[in-house]
Amino acid sequence: MEFRFPEDDRSSLPRITILQYVIAATFLALLIGYWRLQIGQHRQYLEAAERNRIRNLPIIAPRGRILDRQGRILADNFPAFSVLLMRESPAKLTPARVEGLARGLGLDPADLRRQLERTARLPRFQPIVLKQSATMEDIAFVEAHRVEYPELDLLQVQQRSYPRQTIAASVLGYVGEVSEEAIAKPGSKYRPGDVVGKSGIERSYDAILAGRDGMRRVVVNSRGQEMGSITTINALPGNDLRLTLDLDIQMAAEAALGGRPGAVVALDPATGEVLAMVSHPSFNPNDFAGRIDSATWHQLNTDPNHPLMNKAIQAHLAPGSVFKIITAAAALETGTIKPDFTVSCPGQVTIYGHTYRDWTWKKGHGHGSVNLHRAIVHSCDVYFYTLGKMLGIEKIAFFAKRLGLGARTGIDLPGEDPGLVPSPEWARRALKRQWWAGETISVAIGQGAVAVTPLQLAYAISGVLSGGTLRQPHVAFRDQLRVLGVAREEETTRPFPLRANTVEALAQGMWGVVNEGGTGAGAYEDGLDIAGKTGTAQVVSLRLQDAAKKTQYRSNAWFVGYSPSTKPEIVVCALVLHGEHSAVAVPLVRDVIKAYLANRTPRRPLPEQLQTQIRVLSELRQPAPGSGGE
Amino acid sequence: MLILALAIAAIGIMEIYSTTTRSALAGQAHKQIYWVLLGTALAMLISRLDYHLVLEQAPWLYGLMIIALTVLLIVGPRIAGARRWFVLGGMTFQVSEFAKLVIIVSVAAYFADRGGKFVGWGDILKVGVLVGLPAVLVARQPDLGTALTFCPIAAAGLFLAGIRARQIVVLALLGAMMLPVGWHFLKPYQRERISSFLHPSQDTQRSGYQAIQSKIAIGSGGFWGKGFGNGTQSRLGFVPVSHSDFVFAALAEEQGFVGTLVVLLLYLALLLRLLDAAQTAGDRAGRFVCVGFAAVMFFQVVINIGMTIGLFPITGIPLPLMSQGGSATLACFLGLGLAMSVNMRRFVN
Repeated sequence: MEFRFPEDDRSSLPRITILQYVIAATFLALLIGYWRLQIGQHRQYLEAAERNRIRNLPIIAPRGRILDRQGRILADNFPAFSVLLMRESPAKLTPARVEGLARGLGLDPADLRRQLERTARLPRFQPIVLKQSATMEDIAFVEAHRVEYPELDLLQVQQRSYPRQTIAASVLGYVGEVSEEAIAKPGSKYRPGDVVGKSGIERSYDAILAGRDGMRRVVVNSRGQEMGSITTINALPGNDLRLTLDLDIQMAAEAALGGRPGAVVALDPATGEVLAMVSHPSFNPNDFAGRIDSATWHQLNTDPNHPLMNKAIQAHLAPGSVFKIITAAAALETGTIKPDFTVSCPGQVTIYGHTYRDWTWKKGHGHGSVNLHRAIVHSCDVYFYTLGKMLGIEKIAFFAKRLGLGARTGIDLPGEDPGLVPSPEWARRALKRQWWAGETISVAIGQGAVAVTPLQLAYAISGVLSGGTLRQPHVAFRDQLRVLGVAREEETTRPFPLRANTVEALAQGMWGVVNEGGTGAGAYEDGLDIAGKTGTAQVVSLRLQDAAKKTQYRSNAWFVGYSPSTKPEIVVCALVLHGEHSAVAVPLVRDVIKAYLANRTPRRPLPEQLQTQIRVLSELRQPAPGSGGE
Repeated sequence: MLILALAIAAIGIMEIYSTTTRSALAGQAHKQIYWVLLGTALAMLISRLDYHLVLEQAPWLYGLMIIALTVLLIVGPRIAGARRWFVLGGMTFQVSEFAKLVIIVSVAAYFADRGGKFVGWGDILKVGVLVGLPAVLVARQPDLGTALTFCPIAAAGLFLAGIRARQIVVLALLGAMMLPVGWHFLKPYQRERISSFLHPSQDTQRSGYQAIQSKIAIGSGGFWGKGFGNGTQSRLGFVPVSHSDFVFAALAEEQGFVGTLVVLLLYLALLLRLLDAAQTAGDRAGRFVCVGFAAVMFFQVVINIGMTIGLFPITGIPLPLMSQGGSATLACFLGLGLAMSVNMRRFVN
């Protein structure tokens, strides 16, 4: 062969050897790099890889349903989707991506940013809920943007629904997302987006109603698509809860009150079971089941009639003449008077140098000569002013308190108002002044500082009628709570025995109110056996009331009625705010009692109906909040 | 030499199979097998040829390459935003991969004609143009990564031909001065890759994301690895293109440090073997062919494997013999064939 290349010189050979050493050294360096990564930092990278591929997706447990005493559904669930943000994803939410996210999901970018800031300190493994009750468009957006937003996911949830809309809303309450404060609390079992009861039954029995969420560990790819599932812990549905409310009576009470602001409470005096509880105006709990829009929320919070307030247990109002029953009980029990004690009523009376007017004063006449019976029937103020002076505040306060006023009844609903029974001791403590003797005279007819809730009034009258056996009002069946292991102490009665003839005298008086042409005559109807006591509680002084003629200065109308007049089965307290005259409240009670009488048949659920629903027991070690009373 | 290359290629095919099976890319492993078989056949064929015959054709080959690269820039189809490929009967050919071989041969031919212990500035300039021209054409495609792989050919050639330390220093200074100018010529995505290399945590979504996921894959592999087909990072799409550019990350995840060690040792053995062939080569021409080929391969292996653990920025430089890709595989085996030809003729002269 012939080559035109010159003969080789050997000068380049050492340089090749140098190259070989360079190569070997470089490979050694690479190997050290891999050693550090694969051996030194193996654990940390393995965890990162696991976080990448494994997602913990909660399986939301449906809340227990809330049923009325006959098993009719008051609160239920329906499946819906929530949009979750998985925050373990290494993808970073830049401002531009947040913007795109907000646009895609129809959220306000500012709201979304705020939510992300608020939740920034929560552990990364907890996904946060960006949107509840996602629409078809939202679901499509998430599915179509798996690449751009791999950190989004959809979660099937059970959304709360209240098929009867506003009916019994104040009792049922509403649910909402657990607050970030509650999540951040040490030992909190809540995750962002968890739904908890925020008020009413939903809140006080949250531990029973809430199920235990399950968990699915799934393998996902880099786009967040599920590739398979590793383990599944099934969700435990919450326990159904049966209430003592009777939907028929409840509906009648709701209808009777209608659009007027006020409250109605119906109690079974023998057991303390609440048969109906209405507070108007109210709200639609369905508005809260998703995420409530700020306009509705603002409206609910600024309405002067406080729709979110359960006026049946939270109104703090003077009871007016209904309180005369308490004053009368005190007078009879202390032996201060006998039923035949007579006072002459000219329409006003001067005590301690002050003239106290009877409510009949404007009509230009008094009640004439009245004994206790007539005084109750016609609600004679002068008679009770006189009793007030004879008794003194201490005795009145003692009986009022022993008959259930001035303290929370301990009903199993959150936020109960304790009411107020004033006394010299209270004046010193709260007002930093001496008790004025004249105040006693006002208190004797249920005016002045004395304040009650509609529930308390029904409770107190029930107590009087039962001879002093006060049964703690409740809306959840005790039997059921006992089965679930969350029953409270059995001390549900507060005995305060009244003498039989005292009860007899008061009951006859209250019978006369309705049936002898008294102030409650509006409740009279042939064939009905109703008794009760009216009250017209001034909000301001009579003079100012006349001058202003404004709605908010009008007196509150009260009526506490019951049936049958002997051995009552139902006690109903109706309050019409600014109703001006008790006559406005009287027909309400009659309507509720008629509804009760029309539908007397299945009074109590069968025991087995209360025993079939033990599902989540480990969650129930603590008593429900708000049920402890004081 | 061929045995080592085939061992590496076999491991590569295994990983390609593992990462693409049951995905949209299933079947890539089979394709790669065909490319390797074809490459082996060609390598054996070329090793029978006298490499001098090839070197004699260097001017023609070089001219053809320049024309091909120019034509590609003008009429080449845009695939994924770049004009890198010729489409021939449903197959795509990446010209720049074959250009490497042509440049190796051209540089070898240039130095084979020259004697002497040292190189002058004229040599440096000529070699610079010889390598720089195709490099610029490839960089315009744009494919900066491949263009960069041409540089070690020139560097190794000059080094072997006897460049002086003083000349290296001057060139390094010149290069440093050109750096800011070069930054201006970079495309935005290229700048992003470099800046995310310098600060990987700032951008966890794109380039930085790839680097982090690659490191997670490698680190999670541990000593023994997760086992064949169990690499979650590479199989679930967290590591990007785990069958081609990031195939080594997939290997490190599934086979662990043991696999890393074995493959690195195989590469090391192959490279040392190539340089041994250069040592024993019968003449300067054969020596320059072997060193040029070794330089390209070394450069690519180090850049690619270093990139997967974040030592270098992410460039589209495939791992020779392991990454899936027809042109690169074929070109690699062709180069190997040339080196084998040199090795077989070491005693001729």
